Amino acid sequence: MRPFTYLRARSPAEAAALAAQVSGSRFIAGGTNLLDLMKLDIETPTHLIDVNGLALDRIDTTPEGGLRIGALVRNTDLAADTRVRKDYALLSRALLAGASGQLRNKATTAGNLLQRTRCPYFYDTNQACNKRQPGSGCAAIGGFSRSLGVIGVSAACIATHPSDMAVAMRALDAHVETVRADGSTRVIAIADFHRLPGNTPNIETALAANELITAVTLPAPLGGMHIYQKVRDRASYAFALISVAAVIQQDGSGRVVLGGVAHKPWRVETAESAMAQGAKAVADQLLAGATPTPENAFKLTLVERTLASVMAQARTHA
Amino acid sequence: MDNRAPLPLSRRTLLIVGVVTATAMVLPPFISAKACAANAARPIKSSVSLSVNGEKRDLDLDTRTTLLDALREHLHLTGTKKGCDHGQCGACTVIVDGRRINACLTLAVMHDGAKVTTIEGLGTPEKLHPMQAAFIKHDGYQCGYCTPGQICSAVAVLEEIRAGIPSHVSASLTDSPQLIASELQERMSGNICRCGAYSNIIEAITEVAEADL
Ligand SMILES: Cc1cc2nc3c(=O)[nH]c(=O)nc-3n(C[C@H](O)[C@H](O)[C@H](O)COP(=O)(O)OP(=O)(O)OC[C@H]3O[C@@H](n4cnc5c(N)ncnc54)[C@H](O)[C@@H]3O)c2cc1C
Ligand code: SF4
Ligand code: FES
Ligand code: FES
Repeated sequence: MRPFTYLRARSPAEAAALAAQVSGSRFIAGGTNLLDLMKLDIETPTHLIDVNGLALDRIDTTPEGGLRIGALVRNTDLAADTRVRKDYALLSRALLAGASGQLRNKATTAGNLLQRTRCPYFYDTNQACNKRQPGSGCAAIGGFSRSLGVIGVSAACIATHPSDMAVAMRALDAHVETVRADGSTRVIAIADFHRLPGNTPNIETALAANELITAVTLPAPLGGMHIYQKVRDRASYAFALISVAAVIQQDGSGRVVLGGVAHKPWRVETAESAMAQGAKAVADQLLAGATPTPENAFKLTLVERTLASVMAQARTHA
Repeated sequence: MDNRAPLPLSRRTLLIVGVVTATAMVLPPFISAKACAANAARPIKSSVSLSVNGEKRDLDLDTRTTLLDALREHLHLTGTKKGCDHGQCGACTVIVDGRRINACLTLAVMHDGAKVTTIEGLGTPEKLHPMQAAFIKHDGYQCGYCTPGQICSAVAVLEEIRAGIPSHVSASLTDSPQLIASELQERMSGNICRCGAYSNIIEAITEVAEADL
């Protein structure tokens, strides 16, 4: 790991302003992704701004009847919050399907959204990777691509976003609140938050440099049946091959978002109008235009079957 | 990241240049411009005070020191083990302010004032913690390398169940979680045992859980 200076920020605006003053600054929250990557020389900050003391660890009810989740709320606490368990079960389920008890105790809401891909070539600094080293190429294309993306990919990068939580957040129409170095604040819809790789896979989100996430908000509860189904190589403590986040109403209508298939949680709103026609119809529309590799084409079948299982569960419990 | 573009200058030189430029701007009073300028070249120290197993310990550490290395290399508490150093095995599990975490994926300087409990603080050879005694009774290990992490994790798992924190396998999110093997297996999945002592570990935890009911 390279040497770095370390500083505890005292307010969100101060954190963003301080980050802008030193080039090579990064925020550190739980540290479970950043430190992992710093040990491997993939992330090389020269200045760390610790945001853990910023009192962004509360979950408040909003006037609209939704929730405002502080950026520093730990994954364990978010999953265990009684309001989340009752009204946003999808979010609890997605969080509990991710990582381990120890990691969830540290991992934060903002850090989880911003965690980087698990593409094996991104992790291997001897390999070409446009995300890690822009312009170097992509070793995953034509390489071992079983875990990688099947849709929304580009000639520059076929990585997936690994977060389970983000998939649920997309289904729940979350919004990300931020503060920038000049003190200005803004709200970014989750649909616009993560980007597709295009020619710049190194740019992963809509955040500007040194922009700090302060909270994630959820609109009023949707009701319905909440299901998060994650398919992985072992029953626990593994990233998703694919996952399905669904909120399904009594009449069979609903929302469906996929994880593990793209550079961002994958949702196609028009596909949701095909819910009455069954899983195949929905999957066909969700994955129209997919360009899998021979190694990961199985994900297309897996999505359809997982979707069928999710829709069957919703019918049995309706 | 862009620093890696084709370059006649070494990466290190570029980093130093980058940081020196930054110091021309106004830095907050509590971070020294000197330290910042030097940070690509040499280690930067920071003081941190931890309460480890009930004892206050003051340390002056390289900012890069993980909590795990602070415990093992600086405080010589070698009960906590380093397996993967990447959050993947759980050998480094300790309890910080009442919660189990991976000591390898956190910096010591981020825990100023924190209360840390390691395997050495749970019990002693003369006065074992009930979880330690149960692991011995049920043969919850072979080589023993993962064991300190398993035991710290197990103690925290029972607290988490008591606190009503649900898990991936909990049938209901709103009812209290049950004390059953599948719950314990899921909650212990962050602790890998290369020797495969899993079934005995679950028996040991179950015995302690039932004694506490
Ligand atoms: C072994 C292992 C298994 C895992 N399995 C899963 C899994 O199955 N599913 C899953 O979803 N995840 C999994 N994870 C990933 C885990 O969820 C993330 O590491 C965690 O959520 C990151 O949160 P953090 O607070 O620790 O982030 P940090 O490491 O602190 O930060 C991550 C990034 O976010 C930035 N950042 C942090 N806070 C802010 C903020 N407020 N504003 C702006 N930027 C910010 C940091 O600068 C950094 O770039 C796993 C991790 C490990 C190590
Ligand atoms: S898929 Fe993306 S992250 Fe993986 S090697 Fe290619 S550019 Fe890098
Ligand atoms: S050493 Fe920390 S999880 Fe393996
Ligand atoms: S007892 Fe050997 S690794 Fe668990």
